[in-house]
Amino acid sequence: MKMAIRLTAILFSVLIATAVYAADKPQTPHLDIGKGGQCVEEPKLMRSIHMNLLKHQRDETMHKGMRGGKNSIADCVECHASKTTNSVLGSNEAFCQGCHVYAAVKLDCFECHTSKRKVTAEASK
Amino acid sequence: MNDVKLDTKTNPDSKPNLDRREFLSKSSIGLAGLAIAPGMLLFDMAHGRPQGEAVSNKVRWGMLIDNNQCETGCNDCVTACNTENGLSGGTKPTDSQWIRKVQLKDTFTGHISSLPMMCQHCEQPPCVDVCPTQASFKRADGIVLVDKHICIGCRYCVMACPYQARSFVHEVLTDQKTEVPRGKGTVESCTLCVHRVDKGETTACAEACTKAGHNAILFGDLNDPDSAISKRIRSVASTQIRADLGLNTGVRYEGI
Amino acid sequence: MSSTSFSRNESRNFYALVALGLFIVFLGYLGMHNMEEHGHIVSGMNNKIVWGLPHVFAIFMIVAASGVLNIGSIGTVFGHATYKIRTPLAGVIAIGLLSGGLAVLMLDLGRPDRIIIAATYFNPTSVFAWNIILYSMFFTLAALYLWTSMEKRMYVWSKPVGFAMFAWRVILTSGTGLIFAFLVVRQAYASALLPPMFIVLSFAWGLAVFLLVQAAMFAWNNKVIDAAILKRMKNLLGLFVISSLYLVAAYHMTNLYFAKQTGFELFILRDGAIYPMLFWGGYILVGSLIPAALVYTPGLGGSKSVVAASAFVVIGSFAFLYVFIIGGQAYPLSIFPGYEVSSSFGDGQIGKYIPSLSEILLGSGGLAIAYLITLIGTRILNTFPNDAAVVASKNDH
Repeated sequence: MKMAIRLTAILFSVLIATAVYAADKPQTPHLDIGKGGQCVEEPKLMRSIHMNLLKHQRDETMHKGMRGGKNSIADCVECHASKTTNSVLGSNEAFCQGCHVYAAVKLDCFECHTSKRKVTAEASK
Repeated sequence: MNDVKLDTKTNPDSKPNLDRREFLSKSSIGLAGLAIAPGMLLFDMAHGRPQGEAVSNKVRWGMLIDNNQCETGCNDCVTACNTENGLSGGTKPTDSQWIRKVQLKDTFTGHISSLPMMCQHCEQPPCVDVCPTQASFKRADGIVLVDKHICIGCRYCVMACPYQARSFVHEVLTDQKTEVPRGKGTVESCTLCVHRVDKGETTACAEACTKAGHNAILFGDLNDPDSAISKRIRSVASTQIRADLGLNTGVRYEGI
Repeated sequence: MSSTSFSRNESRNFYALVALGLFIVFLGYLGMHNMEEHGHIVSGMNNKIVWGLPHVFAIFMIVAASGVLNIGSIGTVFGHATYKIRTPLAGVIAIGLLSGGLAVLMLDLGRPDRIIIAATYFNPTSVFAWNIILYSMFFTLAALYLWTSMEKRMYVWSKPVGFAMFAWRVILTSGTGLIFAFLVVRQAYASALLPPMFIVLSFAWGLAVFLLVQAAMFAWNNKVIDAAILKRMKNLLGLFVISSLYLVAAYHMTNLYFAKQTGFELFILRDGAIYPMLFWGGYILVGSLIPAALVYTPGLGGSKSVVAASAFVVIGSFAFLYVFIIGGQAYPLSIFPGYEVSSSFGDGQIGKYIPSLSEILLGSGGLAIAYLITLIGTRILNTFPNDAAVVASKNDH
């Protein structure tokens, strides 16, 4: 019995040590911020409250018809869509997808909203 | 429109030739404006809303459709709507159609005509009454919309609509238009091109119909007595479809 | 609750039944997942027929859930002792059926992940929104009903709870009828007869389900139900079946008198291919006339007849709901009275609908949920009706 407990303890410690050794250091995703530029708010604040800002803005737009506000999702995409793919989705470096995959939070917005930046006729291939 | 005085007696300094040129240039610019932007001129812009101001019920958007002008076989309004809103244009039973041409044949007289059918933007919309989450709602300015953020896709509004105006999105969608978000599992219908109206433009269907020369669709502010639509509604006989339901639709029809 | 004459296999059989139920629930999950992943395009539904087979299953279960508690009400509210001891069983079945029905309804939504929004954004004019409250309170009251019927010290509360349950049931089932009755533009639905019709249908369907479960329980426990009690219950089934027939007849007759409704009525009753077939063959013949014959014919009316009659009533109910829900949508709206219409969106045309496998699986999964809750609930709770007066034990195997 004592031997069994000792063996279990050793095995357990070995497993934990292996897991700790094998795990990657926690890394926040490396994001392609697209055009970048002047942020709507500080990045740290945006990470915490962007969903609330969007939720408030969507009600303003839908029910009051106020478009083009600071927090409109179309402007988010316009700025942050990758300059190569023109999208905020598509890879784990993409602006929206990267963090959402890392944090394992489902992205609902792009079920309906386009994830692609509006490309003018001249600029498109 | 012009204040050039052609009467040389009261205005001795004017030179008749230059005045005539001025008159001609001014009126030709005016006519060019009329030709280039027909939609803009048919639509009264007196209520252009500044950005940052909410919509109000001072305005009530509506349409007047002239069945006499609507041409059987013409689908310009449907095509324009599909292009504007990113619809597939397909006509399978599962495809969304926000506007459709309905061919009518009078059962007794045999007279054939056609007219476009879309969400009638009722004042008392049955779809708004039945929606469990208030996703189907009427905006202050009379446009009936689906708030896709809170639509749970129960399709009760599709059952309730007297005009079969609503469509359910049956499949995954990609490449939506930026101004027109649409997604699987929600219900949608004609938005009266709300994204254009909010910018002060007219609806895509009205614009296309005017461009085609039929001028069957007239869009405007029903609450403004000086708008083109209000003036016309006061002068011609028009009716609501299924007027017996008492819904006070924003879309009215002339010639049926 | 089990007698000592069981073979050792009883436990094994029970777990086998649970496994079967779980398997069908799993199949239902597959059907639901397919629809949620790819959208309703994989179902048979389209923009004309937006409520399909899952709604048939769901509404059957919800209406039957309300009706099965009638057994309890007859006991508690009307004071019949034989029914009063059946209240716990009725309660368990009701909870099972409502769970199954709601599961199917909620999983058939276009956005089932958003179901919580139905509670946080509430539209007071919508019957669907009322139903959120009605169904939640139904569960609470049913649980209370079970508690006050099964715990000795709570017996004194069973009558007020029973009354509350009865009133709530009537409101809830009227609400189910009102879901349709408020659709004033639909020729199939705009009728004030629908709430009472659904109430009487709930009595019939609920009692049929109860009789099936009761027969299974008695057989499982090697007991025979007392003949007098069975006779009383089967006559009640006959009464409910005939009352339902009356209300359905009233609904169709009144419709036939409106000239503008004649087209729709002829479609349902004569011209609509599958719909008249299901209505006359499924609901009228199999679902009403044959059960009534089985119940009332002298010489019949034994436990086998009752089981058969109950099963036929359930089959008839599915046929009825199929015609009511899907047939009601298939017939085109009358948008332009006096005109023949056609369009790219199906105006003037009969809607087409062929149920898909995903929908059948989803609906069956709901039935399996009801079955599992009943199976497990009757195992862990003492729901077996103690007909102490005359009980003959049968010793087989």
